[in-house]
Amino acid sequence: MGKHAIHGALGVAGLFGLILLWWLGVHLFGEADGLSARFSPQATLGSLIELLGQAEVYEHIWVSLKRILIGLVLALLIGVPLGLLVGSYRHLEAATTPAFQFLRMISPLSWMPVVVMLMGVGDQPIYFLLAFAALWPILLNTAAGVRQLDPRWLQLSRSLSATRWETLCKVIIPGVLGHVLTGVRLAIGILWIVLVPCEMLGVSAGLGYFILDTRDRLAYSELMAMVLLIGVLGFMLDAMARGLHRRWVHA
Amino acid sequence: MTEVLLEARGISLGYPREQGWQSVLENFDLQLAPGEVITILGPSGVGKSSLLRVLAGLQQARAGSVSLLGEPLQGPHPRLAVAFQDPSLLPWLSLESNVAFGLDFARQPTLAASERRARIDHAIEAVGLQHAREQYPAQLSGGMAQRTALARCLARQPQVLLLDEPFGALDEVTRADMQQLLLQLIARHNTAAVLITHDIDEALLLSDRVLLLGNHPARTLGQWHIDLPQPREQRVEELGALRIDILKTLRRASRTPEPSSEPMPLPSETAHVPGRLHPHSS
Ligand SMILES: Nc1ncnc2c1ncn2[C@@H]1O[C@H](COP(=O)(O)OP(=O)(O)O)[C@@H](O)[C@H]1O
Ligand SMILES: [Mg+2]
Repeated sequence: MGKHAIHGALGVAGLFGLILLWWLGVHLFGEADGLSARFSPQATLGSLIELLGQAEVYEHIWVSLKRILIGLVLALLIGVPLGLLVGSYRHLEAATTPAFQFLRMISPLSWMPVVVMLMGVGDQPIYFLLAFAALWPILLNTAAGVRQLDPRWLQLSRSLSATRWETLCKVIIPGVLGHVLTGVRLAIGILWIVLVPCEMLGVSAGLGYFILDTRDRLAYSELMAMVLLIGVLGFMLDAMARGLHRRWVHA
Repeated sequence: MTEVLLEARGISLGYPREQGWQSVLENFDLQLAPGEVITILGPSGVGKSSLLRVLAGLQQARAGSVSLLGEPLQGPHPRLAVAFQDPSLLPWLSLESNVAFGLDFARQPTLAASERRARIDHAIEAVGLQHAREQYPAQLSGGMAQRTALARCLARQPQVLLLDEPFGALDEVTRADMQQLLLQLIARHNTAAVLITHDIDEALLLSDRVLLLGNHPARTLGQWHIDLPQPREQRVEELGALRIDILKTLRRASRTPEPSSEPMPLPSETAHVPGRLHPHSS
């Protein structure tokens, strides 16, 4: 328990250190009351509090979170069954691994012009790009989970005369869920990174859109407030994913 | 005339190797009567676990047949319960759910909810783990995990219990407790059991009949009936004599060079041991 408390305190200290560096950076390298003053922690914090007092920002947060959720669900719907298949058959795995590794290494954002051309502007290309970005960690982790299934679990279920369906639902899926959740956690990290630039194209709501909007309005301290908010929300999403994983693994 | 629950005839098994085939066990026979406890005793690597998988319908023998209640065994059977060498608990399920695991599978006999509940409760109680029902396998000690695996078998109320070195990983004290527990449970439900072990004393304490496996490829070196009543801890003298006899048989077998095609004369399974120990006649 003491160790936990110390680690927690160190983490908080590190966060304060980050804010201090931010303040120092603005203070040392910017002119006193030039443009850079509007990027300072004080100005940002003030704007953030002001923004959080208005309804508008919640609208954007909600839209962004909804997109993340839809992208994640789509990636799960495709990635988990595909991962189960790929992990179950050595030949299928050999046939698909190079292709998956190849696709995985293409930044999802580079598809953006193509997708917009094919699907038009709006939410659809965003869902597609997010799902595409989140698919790989989920698929690859699920497949790895299948390969690492304990053969003793499968032997147990066979000794209990389990049907194929029972083995799938009672042993294989719970057995790989830890790996799937690891995939989800990685996917959320990627989704959150890809989301903001995705929202800078042709949509009229969301955190990415709002950043561009603040820039166009020359509201620079609001822009910084949004950057801060994106960080905080991402941090919370990641903590949630980690908590979910920990709960399942019972470690 | 005695009814036979589980019968194995002429079982041979082996595994493919780089060059050809390695025969592990040859020409094994077994007849298990209701309520009987048979131990299969043999050194590590002799093929005991493989044999148990064959008896459980989990693995195909190269030759021979297994039948349960007079019918050929095609695969895993609901009247048979297996406890593997390793507890094989599912880490995402609580102790209680691990014990219940498999009870509601489609191919298992259908249970009313109340019956199901009662069986789970009794099984957990029988192994003395009521206090840990909600715990997860990661929180259980080795002995508790073994007991959970045993409870999982008991909840199914099998007619035949197949146990692969179920107490192998336990310390002396827990082991003795578990052995007594097993005997009580077998007596209470009139279950028949095949117990695999590499421990002579365990075989002597627990079984009505000992089958000794040895050699490469393995075969039955000898068979002993033990008619002593339980508990047997006090019967040091009778058991001691039998112990020496088993050890001698094992040693004699390991001294024989490569097993020839003609069967080696079975050693002193006919040697007489004072008391009520006597050779098996069949
Ligand atoms: N799945 C397997 N594939 C190949 N060889 C095996 C397999 N299982 C066991 N063996 C071999 O069969 C022999 C007997 O093993 P096992 O049945 O585990 O013996 P025991 O339980 O008596 O220690 C060993 O030589 C082992 O290497
Ligand atoms: Mg073994």
